[in-house]
Amino acid sequence: MEKDTGLLLYRNMLLIRMSEERLAQSRQAGLVYGACHTYVGEEAVATGVCAHLTQADMVFSTHRGHGHALAKGVSPFEVMAELYGRETGCSQGRGGSMHLFKPEVGLMGTSGIVGPCILQAAGAGYTFKLLGKPNVAVAFFGDGASNNGAFHEGINLAAIYKLPVLFVCENNLYATEVPSAYASGNPDIYQRAIGYGIPGVKVDGNDAWAMFLAAGEAVRRARAGEGPTLIEAKTYRTRAHSEGMRDVGYRTQEEVEAWKARDPIKLLRDRLMGEHVADEDDIDRIHNEVGALVLDDHNHAASSPMPKGQDALRHVYFEGA
Amino acid sequence: MKELTYTVAAREALDEEMARDPRIFVMGEGIGKRGGNFNTTLGLYEKYGPTRLCDTPISERGFVGLAVGAAMSGSIPVIDFMMVDFILDAMGEIINQMAKMQYMSSGRLRMPMVLRGCIGIGGAAATHHSGSYYSIFSNIPGLRVIVPTTPADVKGMFRTALRGNDPVIMLEHKNLLSNKGPVPDGDYTTPFGQARIARAGKHVTAVGVALTVQKCLQAADQLAKQGIEVEVIDPRSTSPLDIATILQSVKKTGRLMIVDDAFEPCGFGAEVSAQVGTHGFDDLDAPIRRLSGAFAPTPYSPPLENEIVPSVERIAAALGELVKE
Repeated sequence: MEKDTGLLLYRNMLLIRMSEERLAQSRQAGLVYGACHTYVGEEAVATGVCAHLTQADMVFSTHRGHGHALAKGVSPFEVMAELYGRETGCSQGRGGSMHLFKPEVGLMGTSGIVGPCILQAAGAGYTFKLLGKPNVAVAFFGDGASNNGAFHEGINLAAIYKLPVLFVCENNLYATEVPSAYASGNPDIYQRAIGYGIPGVKVDGNDAWAMFLAAGEAVRRARAGEGPTLIEAKTYRTRAHSEGMRDVGYRTQEEVEAWKARDPIKLLRDRLMGEHVADEDDIDRIHNEVGALVLDDHNHAASSPMPKGQDALRHVYFEGA
Repeated sequence: MKELTYTVAAREALDEEMARDPRIFVMGEGIGKRGGNFNTTLGLYEKYGPTRLCDTPISERGFVGLAVGAAMSGSIPVIDFMMVDFILDAMGEIINQMAKMQYMSSGRLRMPMVLRGCIGIGGAAATHHSGSYYSIFSNIPGLRVIVPTTPADVKGMFRTALRGNDPVIMLEHKNLLSNKGPVPDGDYTTPFGQARIARAGKHVTAVGVALTVQKCLQAADQLAKQGIEVEVIDPRSTSPLDIATILQSVKKTGRLMIVDDAFEPCGFGAEVSAQVGTHGFDDLDAPIRRLSGAFAPTPYSPPLENEIVPSVERIAAALGELVKE
């Protein structure tokens, strides 16, 4: 493992984790007005994929999208300010947890509806093909979306037009609380790629390095004009579907603990240290830097101004450049 | 000025804009080599190739969602639905995504795209090929809904749609497609939200939508022989709606009837009635009347089909009664 890349993956996963833990605290403190779907436990997926993307590449995400936004380069400040309902949030207070937008860095939106991101990523791929751009589009979605019609129609369209798209399914075993094994005729989602004539890859979604390698190959294929790839990342969300929601009755504590033992941040740290790629000092330095950044961004977000009521009717239609 | 059919005028707009702007592409079933079931893209495939005239599988939700992503990322998609009834499979993508995208992104994403297709009852098309959905779409913030009636308007309004930044639903009544009319030469555009006075009159105002504008004009011809002068208004777009032109007409005539193919409850006629009732109450000499499609799916057999849609005879009779009230 190459040191700079290994540490970058570690840092970006930690940035997501610490931001999410801060958001969970903030929700308890009453700073978050609506939903808060955390990405805790799944950080390796967004981090491994987005490490290959430039700002001109585009990410389309789902309701569990904080991690995708942060991995794509939206600052913790802008994500937190958005959940705190502030004018300085990345959607200027219009979206909250489920509608994070920062097209300036290629975060084309997270969504409160499961499925459409698959179609929209195909659409961005179509733009790249039409206008001859060297970019790729990525759809992040869960196992739940794989049983939605958008999955079938979107991947088939991307396959027939050979679009530069990554379809990244984060199979965290539950669509909210409905088990994927119950809801899917074949719970190995990557195998569905055969039906569309594209490669389907199964990856340990808690292994950041494995994610990095798999995504690297899919991005290479896309940029080379070889078409889309379906990646199924087997992973797990260790917190509730949404903060404050009752998290019992559909999974066992033993199962949660078993996945926590395979925490993606811990796994990468063990590997970095075990293979002597990095030492304790490297890890401490990252923890200090990220911890300070997240605290600072939280304080800044929590003291940012609220939007003005009269702006509620702006941007329904185009208002001019 | 030249004489063109509605279909050819719309196709000219598309062709000229595609030549001008390489970001425009068209998607739909059979719109490539075949040139469209209604000849909407005839000859364009040869000029612009398969990426810009893109045939699709029967995946309405899929390609509307794809087009949303394409618009978000810098293209200008045109979806050609043939029959706009097929659009209903894509309603989630239209209402939750396409219409809300500019708002959700605080105006940082633009949504230049056009969804077009045929509406209207007629020709024994039965209930899956006869719908008119302008009332439903006009209820949604973020959408522009246009219903051009003449060849000149369809060319000018299609051009406006392709040069704009908002998502537009362009509804073309199938019984207007072969109508011929004068089309101005040159690079003109027709704005949204400006009604057209299709015929001036002083006794009663008739507001139609798409084909019912033509039917109101025919009814007005009949009534003119009895000395009744009907003012016929074509709103041209139902969202935005030019209520000012309608109010001005009612101020003159004191009587208003809204005639359309679609259903009455919560519909276009209800909206016009409410606005005129609120802003033009003192100008009214009689209650506002509506003549709409029956509140039923569309039947196939001609005697059944004729029963549920406003005919010229029924429009003329209703206007005649309204003038006497």
